Amino acid sequence: MRYEAPNTIDQAVALLAGEPGEARVLAGGTDLLVQLRTDLIEPVLLVDIKGIPELRQIKEEGGGFRVGAAVTGAELKEHPKLKSVWPGVVEAANLIGSTQIQGRASMGGNLCNGSPAADSVPALIAAGARASIVGPNGRRDLPVEDVMLAPRKLALTKGEIVASFLLPARPARTGDAYLRFIPRTEMDIAVVGCGVCLTLDAGGTCTAARVSLGAVAPRPLLVADAARALIGSKVDDAALKKLDAAARAACQPIDDKRGTREYRIKVAGVLARRAALIALERARKA
Amino acid sequence: MAKHHITATVNGDPVEFLCETEDTLLDCLRDQLGLTGTKEGCATGDCGACSVTVDGRLVCSCLMLGVEAQGKPIATIEGMANGEELHPLQRKFLEHAALQCGVCTPGFLIAAKALLERSPDPTEIEVRYWLAGNLCRCTGYDKIVRAVLDAAAEMRGA
Repeated sequence: MRYEAPNTIDQAVALLAGEPGEARVLAGGTDLLVQLRTDLIEPVLLVDIKGIPELRQIKEEGGGFRVGAAVTGAELKEHPKLKSVWPGVVEAANLIGSTQIQGRASMGGNLCNGSPAADSVPALIAAGARASIVGPNGRRDLPVEDVMLAPRKLALTKGEIVASFLLPARPARTGDAYLRFIPRTEMDIAVVGCGVCLTLDAGGTCTAARVSLGAVAPRPLLVADAARALIGSKVDDAALKKLDAAARAACQPIDDKRGTREYRIKVAGVLARRAALIALERARKA
Repeated sequence: MAKHHITATVNGDPVEFLCETEDTLLDCLRDQLGLTGTKEGCATGDCGACSVTVDGRLVCSCLMLGVEAQGKPIATIEGMANGEELHPLQRKFLEHAALQCGVCTPGFLIAAKALLERSPDPTEIEVRYWLAGNLCRCTGYDKIVRAVLDAAAEMRGA
């Protein structure tokens, strides 16, 4: 197995595109090294992208933030402004693993690992984040909800790398939140995750919303019906009840050791309501 | 294929070693450099026994490749005491009997030191969350948490 640590994204793309065998991108490695050790994957080339400055930076752009795909959870948490603008995104990323994992794990890795239960992904989707993808044919953008297609399957072609995420300028009176359910307090994989972002007008009526669910389908979902349940309402009990029903209706979960299908569906509705209330509180203060 | 020739610093000393791409930093510390204080527990990043700091950042050395250590400053349990003088955390772990078999202890000490460098006066909840990635299967968490809080108080001069 070869190891390369290029300093530019073009070199990284050329290495990945030029390798006829299996090549893998190494960011924090917290999923990749486990998969290597258990022989789930047997690449002939690892391309370590942490030496590429663009992938390690958080920069303000267009009133929002461009977050490098390899920025670690610990670095997100320590950024002076990001957490105050997009708290749901930072909190979601910080739920991944332990302090040790946070020292290495990135949102780019979380997305490209291709797990339906990735914590940062529903939060990014709710926030309206776009992934900037670089490949042999140049750069393109995709909404985060369009990057993962199915477990371990991404909408990336050979040689393409997710370079960064653009978190948009947050509109006035907008708040985001992410909640996940696990059977313990730390160090587990989501049974259900839910991200909500909503915007209020001056009178407190919801004018825009995005609701995303994780771990209840083969890929993280953007649930338009759940957003419609909130838009036009004061996010009152009646709207929350509709939100709960819409979230449940979107679920197509599996049964596994973390939860049954019925349980996941029920929890999705509950988390959607609770996340909406946190987002509402934040929108009122924003 | 030729092995990678890596130079780094461990506990302030320059080191060099040869490794294969698939060798973890933990493998390199233990097998190439003879620093066996860092332990392998699960080898999948769940237990924290292999905790070290790289560039001052707490990580699992089982989830990092040796080649990634090129040029990096690494701190392991072997660098914690100052000669014969134990670090306050080490002393408090002994005073509170915060260990039984000892396999998790180096990881707990390295993780706790990283916490106190950032947060000299942590609450018990902060200590418990920070150390959630360090597992003790002799179930000694309560004594460990007390030892960390006590060491923090001593280090603050309280």
